[in-house]
Amino acid sequence: MELLKKLALCTSPSGREDGIREIIKEEVKECFDEIYTDALGNLICHKKGNGKKLMLCAHMDEIGFVVTYIDNSGFLRFGNVGGILAYNSINSRVVFENGTVGTISYENKENPSNINLSKMYIDIGATSREDAEKKVKIGDMAVYHSQFYENGNRAISKALDDRAGCAILIEAVKKAEKSANDLFVVFTSQEEVGLRGAKVASNSVEPDMAVSVDVSNVGDTPASLELNLKLGEGPAVKMKDSSYIIHPSARRYMLDCAKNANIKFQLEASSYGGTDTGAIHLSGNGVPAGTISIPTRYIHSANEVIDIADYKASVELVKTVIETSAEEYLQA
Amino acid sequence: MFMFLKELANLGAPSGFEDSVRNFLKEHAVADEIYTDSIGNLICHKKGAGKKVMVAAHMDEVGLLITGITDSGYLKFNALGGIETAVLCSKKVYIGEKKIPGIISAKAVHLQTSDEMSTPLKFKNMYIDIGASNRSEAEKKVSLGDAAVFDGEYTPFGNNLVKSKALDDRVGCAILLELMKETYDSDMYFVFTVQEEIGTRGAKVASYNIKPDIALVIEGTTCSDVYGSMEHNQVTRLGDGAVLTAMDRAAISNREYFNFIVEIAKENNIKLQIKKTIMGGTDAGAIVTSGTGVKTAVLAAPCRYIHSPVSVMNLSDYESLKELSKLVCKNIERSGL
Repeated sequence: MELLKKLALCTSPSGREDGIREIIKEEVKECFDEIYTDALGNLICHKKGNGKKLMLCAHMDEIGFVVTYIDNSGFLRFGNVGGILAYNSINSRVVFENGTVGTISYENKENPSNINLSKMYIDIGATSREDAEKKVKIGDMAVYHSQFYENGNRAISKALDDRAGCAILIEAVKKAEKSANDLFVVFTSQEEVGLRGAKVASNSVEPDMAVSVDVSNVGDTPASLELNLKLGEGPAVKMKDSSYIIHPSARRYMLDCAKNANIKFQLEASSYGGTDTGAIHLSGNGVPAGTISIPTRYIHSANEVIDIADYKASVELVKTVIETSAEEYLQA
Repeated sequence: MFMFLKELANLGAPSGFEDSVRNFLKEHAVADEIYTDSIGNLICHKKGAGKKVMVAAHMDEVGLLITGITDSGYLKFNALGGIETAVLCSKKVYIGEKKIPGIISAKAVHLQTSDEMSTPLKFKNMYIDIGASNRSEAEKKVSLGDAAVFDGEYTPFGNNLVKSKALDDRVGCAILLELMKETYDSDMYFVFTVQEEIGTRGAKVASYNIKPDIALVIEGTTCSDVYGSMEHNQVTRLGDGAVLTAMDRAAISNREYFNFIVEIAKENNIKLQIKKTIMGGTDAGAIVTSGTGVKTAVLAAPCRYIHSPVSVMNLSDYESLKELSKLVCKNIERSGL
């Protein structure tokens, strides 16, 4: 799981994807005919082929914290970059792109159960504003500071959302024995702040069919929400979330790929969440699109958990998608 | 020196009713090609060989839309853009092209229930009084669908400050008029957008058509350097110069572009502050995700009591904003963006 570890530990929140983009570019540079970065920082990789344009994507960015103010004592006030939860953040360590580490605390005259981000701050161990400004400026971003752990069954880390998706795409591209479509693999930017990268990438690629790979919440923990996904039951083919309903062509395509991949897979139909698929399917003249979900616990925390067998099965599924022509499904 | 700003701020142009501002701008614009698009954006193209740069300011201001007339001749209304009901009561407004004067009011305090007294006023409980004694008298002056703007004349205030309605975003409009007089290496589109206050609708259409490489949005922005506001919540401060946004709810500034603007300000000794919260959004939100993506930044002047009849701005901040915007546009070809 070395690739996943490397990607997950990189500090690259939304709008600051430079670090992760360089790592991914280095990983995939031999696999494509053309690789370029667009105005919003999407990494667009094209492997020319006959047939329909297939766009596979996973987002590179992760949730984070943006510094909005530095006080006289050197404490940093911050805003959220994407879906940061206050209760997940108290006493969490964070790390900036330059390696500066801090811990998050709150104005402790407040009752911690009512806490929100405007009552919280980051302590980087600075003794004054001047001291803090040597390390951090307003507008700088941090992410959860986390270790990567795996025990053969499960992996625990920050940013598996969606570095797991990125790693799965990379492994699948390398493993695929053929490419049955005109293939675009896009590592998108700014998903966590509103699917912004996917929207513009999709406008430039103009795909005929698209599949994004992203994490999805599970309902297999003590007294959890009633969600049907479980860790260890394989990747899910997502029928619906709050951002899209799968197009019939994409549904047939994805289900056939899942069956032909010889893997365990689940079906998902959720009323929550959204992924890049939501932006892509409404771009241009409309794009049949689906999503492969990696079952994940504790999404948007410093310790997200996935199952390693699910990860490997996801690679097989994406490999099968790459090897399967989308053309006949689009004609039907 | 601030003639454009004064004249522009005094014009009434709520979202969807931008004609008066557009006509004024058309008269004073300096460009190779000037046209109005289908949604009402005024686009002024100064041709150049370099990158396509879109500089945008919105023409519209927050206002009210007349939604009903009662039998007794009072007008019911709703908001065009983000207006708090707390700023509305007892304010003077002008309605429609005929500028019919009106006064906003609500049930008198001694007639309110205790619940009504302890909760913020709702639009449905407020009305505009135009002095009409019945419906037919009111209908002679005002029609359903007319829009109202605040009566808030541009007036000097304190030490080098001004107070006025609509500084958001006539500040941007005035600065674009000034910027257009200069020469540039880039292919410049100065765009005066419509309907920003109700969802950045004009900017979306304009940038879809222009397909810029780079965009700069010039705005009036919130300022809360006032009583009762903790320092870290003071979004911007009056007198601390032009405001650069790192991110807000609608857009994240391109990092290289952000750093480039900070450098330009430093090199030229222009006062610059970074916006201290990430709330709100501007035309940049619509532009950044248009087409295949646009590198975007937002520069603004701080305005206290924004979206009210009496927003307050420091003219030195206006000057900083104008100078910095000009230098950014003039140097953009060497930015490496």
